[in-house]
Amino acid sequence: MVEKTIEKRSVKTTTKNTPKFIWRRKHLLGLQDLSREELIHILDTAKGFKGISKRSVKKAPTLRGKVVVNLFFEDSTRTRNSFTLAASRLSADVLEFTAKTSSVSKGETLRDTARNLEAMGIDIVVIRHSAGGAPHLLTRCIDACIINAGDGYHEHPTQGLLDIFSIRELRPDLSGLKVAIVGDIAHSRVARSNIWGLHKLGAEVYLVAPPTLMPSGIEKMPVTPCYNFDEIIGQMDVLNMLRVQFERIGSSVFPSVLEYSRLFGLTVERMKRAKKDVIVMHPGPLNRGLEIESEVADGPNSTILQQVSNGVAVRMAVLFLVNQAVVLEKKK
Amino acid sequence: MSELLIKNGRVIDPANKMDMIADILVRDGKIAELGRINKNGCEVINAENRLVTPGLVDMHVHLREPGEEEEETIASGSTAAVAGGFTSIACMPNTNPTIDNEATVDYVYRQASNAGKANVFAVGAITKGRAGKELAEMGQMVRGGAVAFTDDGSGVQNPAVMLRALQYVRMFDKVLMQHCQDNALAGSGCMNSGYQATILGLPGMPALAEELMLYRDIQLAKKASVPYHAQHISTQGSADLIRQARKQGLKVTAEVTPHHLLFTDEACISYDPNYKMNPPLRTQEDIIALQAAVADGTIDCLASDHAPHLRSEKELEFLQAPFGIISLDCALGLYVKALIETDIIDWPRLIEMMTCNPARILRINKGTLSIGCDADITIIDPDHHWQVDIDQFKSRSRNCPYHGWELSARPVCTIVGGRILHRQSS
Repeated sequence: MVEKTIEKRSVKTTTKNTPKFIWRRKHLLGLQDLSREELIHILDTAKGFKGISKRSVKKAPTLRGKVVVNLFFEDSTRTRNSFTLAASRLSADVLEFTAKTSSVSKGETLRDTARNLEAMGIDIVVIRHSAGGAPHLLTRCIDACIINAGDGYHEHPTQGLLDIFSIRELRPDLSGLKVAIVGDIAHSRVARSNIWGLHKLGAEVYLVAPPTLMPSGIEKMPVTPCYNFDEIIGQMDVLNMLRVQFERIGSSVFPSVLEYSRLFGLTVERMKRAKKDVIVMHPGPLNRGLEIESEVADGPNSTILQQVSNGVAVRMAVLFLVNQAVVLEKKK
Repeated sequence: MSELLIKNGRVIDPANKMDMIADILVRDGKIAELGRINKNGCEVINAENRLVTPGLVDMHVHLREPGEEEEETIASGSTAAVAGGFTSIACMPNTNPTIDNEATVDYVYRQASNAGKANVFAVGAITKGRAGKELAEMGQMVRGGAVAFTDDGSGVQNPAVMLRALQYVRMFDKVLMQHCQDNALAGSGCMNSGYQATILGLPGMPALAEELMLYRDIQLAKKASVPYHAQHISTQGSADLIRQARKQGLKVTAEVTPHHLLFTDEACISYDPNYKMNPPLRTQEDIIALQAAVADGTIDCLASDHAPHLRSEKELEFLQAPFGIISLDCALGLYVKALIETDIIDWPRLIEMMTCNPARILRINKGTLSIGCDADITIIDPDHHWQVDIDQFKSRSRNCPYHGWELSARPVCTIVGGRILHRQSS
């Protein structure tokens, strides 16, 4: 009885904010594909789910009887646990699957892995993979809903969503908001998802990085590239500090860690130039002292931990919505 | 004495600057007569409203034998060739083992002869194992019948090795061909570097990786004073480099594939590995530059770079899947779509780029309908509308992005050495 009320309540939140909108996507592959309305719909749905995490009984029956697979081909703690928690809060059964990247010569191919999982009876696959487009490949070989939990340096849509969700909690209107994404843009799926999402919601995106970590073709993206952090930091409303991904950077793209942190790290010193109420974000895990100094990461402007708790709500919303799309499709 | 009469076709023989309605008499596997011929008692093919051309030549195919027979064999690849109107094909040496010695060259010719389909010409490796270090036994391979040399699949990275190879090959009158790619710049790229790669989050290889090696090679070939052939050029910069080299009087030639004329890197947006090839699909500006280079003669010939791969390999992630697509079965229609339907060139020029030009570069006695030559003839219906169906391909592989395409020209009869090896009903 109690559970039923909760379900109604969360759905109600959704319908109240966007009365006529019906979510129809059974996959979430990236924020580039989404319309502004779809983005807002997910964020509003997540708002409803955030309440559940604060209750003493943190559970809704929305996905009862459904199986969610966490199919992770890359190491992840935060994202994986966040999805697991989100799925369990919606009463789904969660299957944890850790696998090695496929290849021709050794191991099982991604397609075979997915088809085997499908044969066991699954509903939603959450995939993390080192190759851009791996989730797209899954949509072509199995029927389940596919949620991209990070593919190569293509997109990490739920991270983008939770970043935007966290900004909106503090600044409800994103239009004209200046957001700097700082760091290894070239190899960052977080940057890409943030760029598309923020742009669609009207924010102005600045990319700050050494030219060697700026991807090619950047001039065609809706962003302002910048090589001098100090020049723009004072105008920014949000600073999203990316993790320097040593594991993805093949050859030396900057001379030393010291030089990087001097030029692009968010130090206490540099924070003095920023707006007083600037929002400091980081997708984690932190390289303390490299892209961000501890005092800043743990300081009053930091939303890093809120990002983590919002991640669960956003992922609940995404799991809920893709499942709802399937339900609607079946009704047709 | 066997005779075959091909009547009333539009005979296009660019090597002899011929384009006229004529009959051709084939006797004992050779072109015997050309003109107005009336003869009874021999097999007659009515070629009215058809083009009668020298057998088409594809100077760049991968037949995968020896080593990867599950993808293609010399027999299946040369059968696909005749189905596509090709009577002569040159196979690349990136097999397993590499075609880098006389015995493997022999093996290729033996398998081709057993198959009895298209003429197959072996291209040997420049360096042992295509490793780019030591020169392969090019002299021995010439003795075995190798017609040219390349490390295709990769370029010879070390300029000193390349220079030595160019100098060495001078005594054989054979051409060195290169897959131009500077590996340091190309890195782990799996598509063209640029906006599309950036939004897809895939590592890119820049046009410069191709152009830098091409520039280097032109200088090296100039120094060694030997001819040089650039394989599957794909960028505006490469077309410009070839054009400039020609202006200087250098014997530099180049080929272009159908896919580099028909697709841009936007095709990769689906993450379908059938759009993953090397060199990668580039941009619209590159297509326009390649079309212009075909139009002004900078690019000499058309080559498919037919590269068979297993379905299971092409069903991998885009990043992991191998490079290459197949098109031998349908290449002619693709060139027509890319170059004739767009008014870039006319039929005689297209046939030139598919017959006497590649034959000249490979120094093979093919590609013409001159009296006395081997009767390798392709009869083309220039107004045959058909749909590409990969399940009808003679190739063993299916990695082809053209499935379902509507094409408007098709070879209807392929004759190799006077034998009709393929007939397509209209």
